[in-house]
Amino acid sequence: MAFQLEQVKYKDILKIDKLQIPEAKITCIIGESGSGKTTLLRLLNNLISPDEGSIFYKGRNIEDIDPIQLRREVVMLPQNPTVFSGSVKDNLLIGLEFAEKDKVRDEVLSEILRLAQLDKPLSTIASTLSGGEKQRLALARIVLLEPEVVLLDEPTSALDEGTEERVIESVVEFAKEKTRTLIMVVHSKSIAQRFADVAVTIQGGGVVAEEGL
Amino acid sequence: MMMGVVDIGFFNLLAGYVLILVVLVILRQRNIKKETELLIAVVRMSIQLVLVGYILDYILGSQRMWMTLAAVAIMEVFAVQNIYQRIKIDMTPRFRSIVACSMAFGTIITMIFFFFVLLSVKPWYSPRYVIPLSGMLIGNSMTGITLGAERLLRGFHDKKELIEGALMLGATPERASREIINESFTAAILPTINSMVGMGIVFLPGMMSGQILSGVPAVTAIKYQMAIMFAILASVAFTVFILVVWGSKTFFNDRAQLVLYS
Repeated sequence: MAFQLEQVKYKDILKIDKLQIPEAKITCIIGESGSGKTTLLRLLNNLISPDEGSIFYKGRNIEDIDPIQLRREVVMLPQNPTVFSGSVKDNLLIGLEFAEKDKVRDEVLSEILRLAQLDKPLSTIASTLSGGEKQRLALARIVLLEPEVVLLDEPTSALDEGTEERVIESVVEFAKEKTRTLIMVVHSKSIAQRFADVAVTIQGGGVVAEEGL
Repeated sequence: MMMGVVDIGFFNLLAGYVLILVVLVILRQRNIKKETELLIAVVRMSIQLVLVGYILDYILGSQRMWMTLAAVAIMEVFAVQNIYQRIKIDMTPRFRSIVACSMAFGTIITMIFFFFVLLSVKPWYSPRYVIPLSGMLIGNSMTGITLGAERLLRGFHDKKELIEGALMLGATPERASREIINESFTAAILPTINSMVGMGIVFLPGMMSGQILSGVPAVTAIKYQMAIMFAILASVAFTVFILVVWGSKTFFNDRAQLVLYS
């Protein structure tokens, strides 16, 4: 198991008795807005800690793991993509800098942009990108880090349907090829049905369904 | 040749109040309802200055070390209180104590260097030097800390998403807040740097003017002015640096999570 949650409670937002998220699989989290999906991802990234209960990552209690090291293995993409100042290239490289990893060549960066379906030169000023493009840039930044676990919070909310499918397809392909764990919050059941190995439905802060697809 | 300054006689000074009367007349004629404020300000200024004048005369005459140190300590306390009042954003008790510590550490380090190495006055606690010059260091650092702390507090609130975005990618809290720290530091020391640029051309600094008035040769006054400017810049930079580096740590808990209050 990648993650195991036991009796987890966070404020009035989330209350999960038990949840297991398998390793090297694609897990989709679905549920209405405000149901606690983002909070769940933030807990897994240890950006917040549960008020009660325990979360285990690969069998170890998350609170016993160095939070910085954990986040370098379990990387999260927020729903509103973070764009830092500078060019597209700067934005890709800053992820490597944060994670204290070596820089890579421009060809590798361009390849990553292609994978994220972002057809822009590396020199483009990042703040001039549209919402959907920023989202794909942020996604490319995460893929470049090649983390063990990728947490995506509605990674395609600002994209049209066609682009959305292509983007998710490439991320899923990446995860499968590198046998990584992919956990993503998606807004449509059809995407979950098409790509997920496991679908978790959250309602009112609790898990109401957990199904293998 | 040194010349003593011409003293202002009591009745001459009273004549100064005529100038205030002129301003009052203007306010009255234009129906600007600020007369009370002006009167309170004039009365407060007069009483405060007269009191300080007597106190300073006493301290300067006594040449006692503890009195000089007490005067500096009182200035520090007032400066910190002033910072708390001027910052309009909520501060945690921890942040408030860092404001006080950075104020004390930054100014004291600079004072030690300034009085022992740069000026090397004897005795080192000579109140004639220590009180006015420390006052300048403390006053400027107070303005610097106010600017720096406001920028820092606002930065953490306004750029919450950027900081968390960096943390999510595995950045350390220090790295995630680096830009905000540097921006706050720059904003706080920029006014001091700018004031150096115009000095001597756009305006004559107060201390230098004062020394010239009291008969000190202009070249000596300039040397003092340069020395105090170096010390002011250093003092502002040290205090603000300590504040932004330590202060930024109060926004993270031991799990490297961003904790915002208010």
